[in-house]
Amino acid sequence: MEYKTTLTTCTYCGCGCNFYLESLDGKLIGTIPCKTSPVNEGKLCIKGWNVHQFVQSERRLTTPLIRKNGALVKASWDEAIAYTAEKLKGIKADKGGDAVGFFASAKVTNEENFLMQKFARAAIGTNNVDHCARL
Amino acid sequence: MSQDTMIQDIKAHVAKLLEDGTIAGFVGLIEQNGHVAPHLFTSGEKLSGFSLGDFNSPGDSRYPLNKTLTTIARAYPHQTFGVLVRGCDERGLFGLFRLNQLRENRVVAVGLSCPDALAGACECKKPYPDALVAGEKTQVPALKQVAQMDGKDLAQRFDFWRDQFLKCVKCYGCRDICPMCFCNECSLECEDLIKKGDLPVEVPVFHLTRAMHMADRCVDCGLCDEACPSDIPLRLLYKKTAEIMNVEFGFTSGLNKKEKSPLSTMGPSK
Repeated sequence: MEYKTTLTTCTYCGCGCNFYLESLDGKLIGTIPCKTSPVNEGKLCIKGWNVHQFVQSERRLTTPLIRKNGALVKASWDEAIAYTAEKLKGIKADKGGDAVGFFASAKVTNEENFLMQKFARAAIGTNNVDHCARL
Repeated sequence: MSQDTMIQDIKAHVAKLLEDGTIAGFVGLIEQNGHVAPHLFTSGEKLSGFSLGDFNSPGDSRYPLNKTLTTIARAYPHQTFGVLVRGCDERGLFGLFRLNQLRENRVVAVGLSCPDALAGACECKKPYPDALVAGEKTQVPALKQVAQMDGKDLAQRFDFWRDQFLKCVKCYGCRDICPMCFCNECSLECEDLIKKGDLPVEVPVFHLTRAMHMADRCVDCGLCDEACPSDIPLRLLYKKTAEIMNVEFGFTSGLNKKEKSPLSTMGPSK
């Protein structure tokens, strides 16, 4: 019998609301907004309230997918990264860096977003950098 | 009585319950890493970090412990658990017994009374539980909020509530935090009543659907009010609903342990 609350930060947007993920015997069962958090003071939006659901969802993607002949096919990370690198190089060579756009994410860390824009500007050579909240 | 004394009294009481095997675990609050959280204390932990939910002010970090208890009790139906209760939480327990969500012989309530300031802010009908372990019976404060609202004329009240309901972002937090909400199929997700994805919500259908559903359940703990990101005074709405239940049927949710809900009793009154 192990009931645990784990204090963590919401992955859905950049607000950074704090909540407890409730787990019972190793399975996530619920979300409780943290009242002592200065960010959200015990309140959440509908996405935050349901954030525990995607973690163990059967519909969650567990491998990269590559579209082959119109259908999405499971791929290894090595294969997916090699494929993406090759395509990006090809597009840059044919059409220039501005033919590529980069969308950062609120679901990742500042450091990861920094790396992404650095990659866009320094490696691909474009200022086409935007953010998922404007999608 | 000082907070430290109350914590010591409860810790001593619970430690004994855990030691002699009366309870398998104690659902309470823990203060760790600078935050207060719901927690299941077991015998090995010696109740270190136990908290009453007073972070910056009394009762400002209350959590729906009955909800946690219900979840754990469902997974371990043959075990007995202790739970930290204030007056409102105990009213909630009585309601959950009545509604067959918890079994009375599997729950040991360990109660604390609320200080006058908290009881006054809540306008609590009974700011202490029967199962009082720490603190003394607090005086029932004067009830003013509902009368104040009733003092306004119909047009003013209508405007007030329409403006409040329009602020709703439909987070369902009032339902999700509620220790008395346990239905598998929630009427707030019934497509015939409430359209999925529609904002602003239909006024007043969304909020009155919930108020109706909570009429004989709400124990006036105020957690919904505290969880609302739009600061809609839900507690005031449910206080009024409870008042109607009391005036019309003489019923107050959770106040008497054995009292049946008039809404679940069919037929003419005797």
